[in-house]
Amino acid sequence: MSIFEYQFMQNAILTALLGGVACGSIGVFVVLMHMPFIGVCMSHAAFAGALLGLWLGFNPLIGAFVFSLLAAAVVGPLADRGELSPETSVGVIFSLMLGLAFLFMGVMPGTKSGALELLWGSILTNTRGDVILLALVAVLVVGLIVAFYKEIQATIFHRGMALSVGIPATAILYGILFLTGATITASLRSVGGILIFSLILNPAAAAYQLTYSMKRMFLFAAGFGVLSGWMGLLFSYLFNIPSGATIVVTSSVIFLLAAVFSPKRRVKGWQAKPLAEAGHD
Amino acid sequence: MSETIIDIKNAVVSYRENVALQGVSLRVKAGEFVGIIGPNGAGKTTLLTVVNGLGRLLSGQVKVLGHRLVPGNGRSLRKKVGYVAQVQNIDPRMPMNVREVVMIGRYGRLGLLSRPGGRDWEVVDEMLELVGMSHLARRPIGHLSGGEQQRVAIARCLAQEPELFLLDEPTASLDWKAQTDILELVREVHEARTLTTLFVTHDLGCLPVACDRVVLMKAGQIWGEGRPADLLTSENLSHLYDMPVAEVEKRRAENIPV
Repeated sequence: MSIFEYQFMQNAILTALLGGVACGSIGVFVVLMHMPFIGVCMSHAAFAGALLGLWLGFNPLIGAFVFSLLAAAVVGPLADRGELSPETSVGVIFSLMLGLAFLFMGVMPGTKSGALELLWGSILTNTRGDVILLALVAVLVVGLIVAFYKEIQATIFHRGMALSVGIPATAILYGILFLTGATITASLRSVGGILIFSLILNPAAAAYQLTYSMKRMFLFAAGFGVLSGWMGLLFSYLFNIPSGATIVVTSSVIFLLAAVFSPKRRVKGWQAKPLAEAGHD
Repeated sequence: MSETIIDIKNAVVSYRENVALQGVSLRVKAGEFVGIIGPNGAGKTTLLTVVNGLGRLLSGQVKVLGHRLVPGNGRSLRKKVGYVAQVQNIDPRMPMNVREVVMIGRYGRLGLLSRPGGRDWEVVDEMLELVGMSHLARRPIGHLSGGEQQRVAIARCLAQEPELFLLDEPTASLDWKAQTDILELVREVHEARTLTTLFVTHDLGCLPVACDRVVLMKAGQIWGEGRPADLLTSENLSHLYDMPVAEVEKRRAENIPV
């Protein structure tokens, strides 16, 4: 029987595809809007929220979603108004969320296997329900990016300028944070609370090295996200090593290769090209 | 007689405990070119944000282009108001080219869920031609110099087909040549497009000669307004910048920014 005929492997392959697309696309916002600090806080908050759910007996994914949005609601406006530097926000919220996560884990009765699964992730134990949730989130993320591409593009470029031409840039920003929370929540069980942010950041950071077109950056980031998931899954299967960690290490290797071979490192040479050849639409 | 298109009465704006505007009143007629000058922290930028509906009024009344501004209703107004800020710190690797950035000016008018069409791209190309940036239309925006970026910002504003043109220190941090080029471009655009223009600067040397009227601001209040020749006396500038008259005269004679 081929490995692909097992349902757990089919679920894992679909999870890698859908999670890669959703995480990679969300990562473009994180990279271009310079908000990795918000993403880090949200992903660790999701982990803490999921553990609270496990401890109190409600659906961990609801806890993850609520906590990640709460973190965004606290950190975003504070950083936005310049009342806290991003570094301070990360320091305070990140450590608080990790502290809460380990507190919930500590007071949780019985075995900690569920908690550890959320910590490290386990793509091979995903159910068809997990895949459907991720599919819904991926369709929502891609659909909203396509529908509101021009508003998103303007908000990413400069939020104040987008506001000044009559684009609802604040609503777009909160929409992006909502999608980030949903993506983190839906991918949490597969990649794990500690590692999920790498799968958001690395594919987009790699795509950022390779193109001056925002549309291509979204496509490359989603592609690298899927590639990280599938290659990580393959290595995990071949070498019998943890899947979540392997996926994240693979995404980091893709980033390193993109950074080394980035055409953006040769700005002078790029500028010397004829304009028709250099341009992107 | 020209119609009044900006009518601000006793506007008060504060950011937490700092009162940025203290009972400011100002009327501007269609087609006027108004220079707003004053030291840093005088409330000049806040006054512009009140005009384009981004400022949060504590009290007072603002009517711009027929819109009576109340919190939350400024978005439809902003589609008709072009705004050029200071040179922005743009990520050199930002994946957008010059043409795409100018197109952002069309987005507000296009509305949600609609795509730019051929006519929109024609307007964008026309505006790039007007500001002399057609040859760099496909360059990544982050690769431009400060002066070039300001030309692109002006093209983006014009692509918006605004009725009101707001410029907030557009020449700050530019070299002398870029400053004079931008001032000349602003004058040409104001005249060719019959716009109403508000130009904010803290630097007297950057006040366009085309100004019909100058508004002096200090500590969140309008301290004086009138024709540039009448208002920009050494005595007035001495009061405005808290500087002895002799020092103002010396700096003006030596062309040092006040």
